[in-house]
Amino acid sequence: MSQFLEISGLCARIDADGQEKQILRGVDLSIPPGEVHVIMGPNGSGKSTLSYVLAGREDYEVTAGTATFHGQDLLAMEPEERAAAGLFLAFQSPIELPGVNNANFLRTAVNAVRRARGQDELDAVAFLKMAREAAKALSMAPDMLKRNVNVGFSGGEKKRNEVLQMTLLQPTFAILDETDSGLDVDALRIVAEGVNRLRAPTFSALVITHHQKLLDYLVPDRIHVMARGRIILSGGPELARQIDQEGYTKFLAEVA
Amino acid sequence: MNALSKDMSGPLALFANRLNTLAGPERQAAAGALARTGLPDRKSEAWHYTALRALGKQDYAAPPAQVDDGAVRTLLDGVLCAHPAMAGLPRVVFVNGRHAPAFSALPDDVDLAFFAQAPRFGLQAAPDRDPLVALNTALAEDGLYVRVPAGVDGGHVMLVSLGVAGAEPVSFHPRHTVVVEKEAHLRLICVQAGQGAYFHNPVTDIVVEDGATLEHVTVQTEAAQAISLGTLYAHVGHQSVYDSFVLGLGGQLARHEVHARLGATRGVVHVNGAQRLAGQQVGDITSVITHVASDCTSRQTVRNVLDGHARGVFQGKVLVERIAQKTDGYQMNQALLLSPDAEIDAKPELEIYADDVRCSHGATVGALDDDQLFYLRSRGIPEHEARQILIDAFLDEAIALVTDATAQTFCRAVLAARFAGKGDVA
Amino acid sequence: MPAVTQTREAVEKLGQSTYKWGFETDIEMDMAPKGLNEDIIRLISSRKEEPEWMLEWRLAAYKTWQAMTEPKWAKVAYPPIDYQDAHYYAAPRKKPGPKSLDEVDPELLRTYEKLGIPLHEQALLAGVEVPEGERMPVAVDAVFDSVSVATTFRKTLEEAGVIFCPISEAVKEHPDLVRKYLGTVVPAGDNFFSALNSAVFTDGSFVYVPKGVRCPMELSTYFRINAKNTGQFERTLIVVEEGASVSYLEGCTAPMRDENQLHAAVVELVAMDDASIKYSTVQNWYPGDENGRGGIYNFVTKRGACRGARSKISWTQVETGSAITWKYPSCILQGEGSVGEFYSVAVTNNHQQADTGTKMIHLGRNTRSTIIAKTISAGRSDSTYRGLVRVQPKASGARNFTQCDSLLIGDQCGAHTVPYIESRNMNARIEHEATTSKISEDQLFYCRQRGLSEEDAVGLIVNGFCRDVLKELPMEFAVEAQKLLQISLEGSVG
Repeated sequence: MSQFLEISGLCARIDADGQEKQILRGVDLSIPPGEVHVIMGPNGSGKSTLSYVLAGREDYEVTAGTATFHGQDLLAMEPEERAAAGLFLAFQSPIELPGVNNANFLRTAVNAVRRARGQDELDAVAFLKMAREAAKALSMAPDMLKRNVNVGFSGGEKKRNEVLQMTLLQPTFAILDETDSGLDVDALRIVAEGVNRLRAPTFSALVITHHQKLLDYLVPDRIHVMARGRIILSGGPELARQIDQEGYTKFLAEVA
Repeated sequence: MNALSKDMSGPLALFANRLNTLAGPERQAAAGALARTGLPDRKSEAWHYTALRALGKQDYAAPPAQVDDGAVRTLLDGVLCAHPAMAGLPRVVFVNGRHAPAFSALPDDVDLAFFAQAPRFGLQAAPDRDPLVALNTALAEDGLYVRVPAGVDGGHVMLVSLGVAGAEPVSFHPRHTVVVEKEAHLRLICVQAGQGAYFHNPVTDIVVEDGATLEHVTVQTEAAQAISLGTLYAHVGHQSVYDSFVLGLGGQLARHEVHARLGATRGVVHVNGAQRLAGQQVGDITSVITHVASDCTSRQTVRNVLDGHARGVFQGKVLVERIAQKTDGYQMNQALLLSPDAEIDAKPELEIYADDVRCSHGATVGALDDDQLFYLRSRGIPEHEARQILIDAFLDEAIALVTDATAQTFCRAVLAARFAGKGDVA
Repeated sequence: MPAVTQTREAVEKLGQSTYKWGFETDIEMDMAPKGLNEDIIRLISSRKEEPEWMLEWRLAAYKTWQAMTEPKWAKVAYPPIDYQDAHYYAAPRKKPGPKSLDEVDPELLRTYEKLGIPLHEQALLAGVEVPEGERMPVAVDAVFDSVSVATTFRKTLEEAGVIFCPISEAVKEHPDLVRKYLGTVVPAGDNFFSALNSAVFTDGSFVYVPKGVRCPMELSTYFRINAKNTGQFERTLIVVEEGASVSYLEGCTAPMRDENQLHAAVVELVAMDDASIKYSTVQNWYPGDENGRGGIYNFVTKRGACRGARSKISWTQVETGSAITWKYPSCILQGEGSVGEFYSVAVTNNHQQADTGTKMIHLGRNTRSTIIAKTISAGRSDSTYRGLVRVQPKASGARNFTQCDSLLIGDQCGAHTVPYIESRNMNARIEHEATTSKISEDQLFYCRQRGLSEEDAVGLIVNGFCRDVLKELPMEFAVEAQKLLQISLEGSVG
């Protein structure tokens, strides 16, 4: 299998307040190894749904289509199996886990993934050393490891914590769902550098964003525009700049 | 003469001469239930904090046929003058539990009838489960039946209950029914006031049909010697709203008990309240909100200000049945004690059988905040005024929950008239 | 399949096999005949070689009990108990006071091994000397059915002036102390079960810490019901004098049996000026099988009196066992500035029922109390937090903070919160908060997206949920409690 992420004709719906709502209406997308792709599109076009479906959220029902990852049927896997296989989702709104210590959570996750990948588990000392270094590189305050997962974190701290987790879990494919939202310029740069450090011929990313700013740092390979549950347009990096200046309206009109 | 008389003992004896003259199967059954159970005492969990001893001191006669019109007029004016808008609202006035047409100004847009002509007991209030309902069922003479037809905005209706007692204590047991049909809307303002020693024992049966809204405000300013024990049952339909508020100020012993049942999806119930008591008053706000359908919301905020030797009681149960998934329930009871002899007893209760719910409750008890008091005084406000400001603010946060603007203003006016300049009480 | 469905299904699968302490020990027993009457009480008293005053006390309690009825207000349901259908005395038939490991019944030792008491501690249990360096920091009193079989570290404790012995022994050897305090915190007639206990209690622990002494080690009691058709009625009395302190741990298990067994203990704590008592319980009585057959009825009265100024009593409990739990460890805050604490985790599964909580009675000025209660319901179980905070008129400056959180796993269980808040002092401040929710799908998914299995994710979230309580446990017990929680969670997800 040449392409390592291959999405074809993906349709999904959600049961919202007792009503079935079709959100993805046939998404086709393939991402080769080593590339950073971007999805842009108006609110409600299905971008976050796509990320949740790929990560295996159970509230969404896949009604048609396929998604393969390293040739495996992604849709048949449990969320933790997807994580172990190398898929990471940076949540748009990271979840708070009251009473759960951040360092403990990270170590449990890292070791669960390492176990699944046939690697040795890290002891507390080795893990903490690694986590502290990674946190430092993201300019995170040292006490963030001691606090409860995302509880009382500011918006920026939550996003950095997502990137910290990504750094430690070493995925081969990361989905960044509006990781740039709510970040100031400095934080944005730090987060982008965190992603760039992972870049390798074996690492790909799907970046969901509304803003060109993040892309200045990340330098994407392909831009896709999503609307009404489909990818309606794909192009090179220049497409993002065009959208940033002209908005979506023109593109939506052209396709309609 | 019937078989019940020999079972009459304790407080029941106070009504025995009237229980013996009952007619009709409902009344007979209710009197039978009452004879079996007696009136509740503090061993009964629902009456853990409120004793009915006060009832047992005197005999309660049926109200006299003739009542002094002047006294009624004075009481009614007292109610209507509290706020200019009140005189213009349609009203149904009951004196000692009987409709008084001479004082009423009946509404146009709703159907009215009276229990005295066509008794309606409703389906919700069960005499065998609640002795006070049984007592009411046995002795009810009159009551209001109001129905807002489907789709109609019934505007405001005032239900004014006046107790006028002379030398001899009387009791009255009105039975009211309120039906708000599909997609209809009603703003109901109940006012209770009176003079002398009487026992007011109303039972109200409310049905809010699908998509309908009932905004229901009760302003309880019963006479100082009065005992007022009201029970209210409300059934709330699909996507309908029952938004209630009680302001408890009067009576020597008053209990406002609400049973609200969310019987269909996406219903909303608010059972809010405030009470401000002093002297030897006992005020009890009790509620049971039952969720028997999914996706419903219930909200409850009750605030108590207690002065003198007053005792405030709050009992609020939120029951979420297994089927009632996605219930959103919130309950908050707060009490401010203004005197060393005041007391609050609170029992907020969650009984939950469905897992996918978000329910919470809270309770706080304390005195006025010294820091706030100091802050106000440091800005030049005299202490007694500062206290008044803080007490008013505390109660006003509950009154602000009243959605009907007229009723909200009325509540504020009644409170202000009653407590003007009485902040310096401790 | 949604996580909740899996969770529920797995919880339903969680059967008796997960109760690892369900073995029975085959030991020759000395048993009283079934039934309860004055003769049985005399028999118990004579077996215990008790002084006359103790027998009189028991008989008076028995009279009181006969006039009482079982309380019905708790949210638990069970068939009527036939109090005449149980043995009120059962003891391993052996010489009292083993002098070496060889003298201890080997079956008993095996029992302790299965209970997870370390081997060298078993030796200690039997009173065998151990080299100084290997000493455990915990002194253990083991109560097997009706009698205390062994108490460790008595010498070390005696040197510090601390008395730690079976209460039956204390009645004989420290009668003045026992007479002075027994029944003063929980009077015999306090409630139906305390009256029963006062009449028939057979053993339990007695602790006395004299003025100014910090007890040099944790004290621990293991309670074990073994014999069939026996009730266990242990009685614990802990008295801590001025400026002294002690930390006491209690653990309990029982074999799996089809019929229900009654456990009705009474625990009394007395803390004088500046004294402090920390009482921790990991309650793991047999909870019954997945159909609700068998299990212990745990009807316990625990109460502490903060008699002295600035005294402190802290209850911590992790309740995972018993078919029915009826238990309200309480504090009478009498001394000025005294402090009461209650930290509780209650886990119910299958058909278990728990009605548990606390009472904080504020009598003295500036008394403070904290209540943190975490309730987790799974299977078809029902769990109720019931708590009273009462501030009496003289308790100016009293403070209470209460936080009750309930977690439901599956849609066949119930979780209830019933606080009673009573204040008669305007200068007291009470705050109460309670929440009920399930484990959020968002949290589960978040953890699983990070690679955790669903079971680990639930474990992590539940441990986080209970953290405020678990951190109050002494280290030895915290580990045991976490393991217990994990075991109740094992299989609670697919």
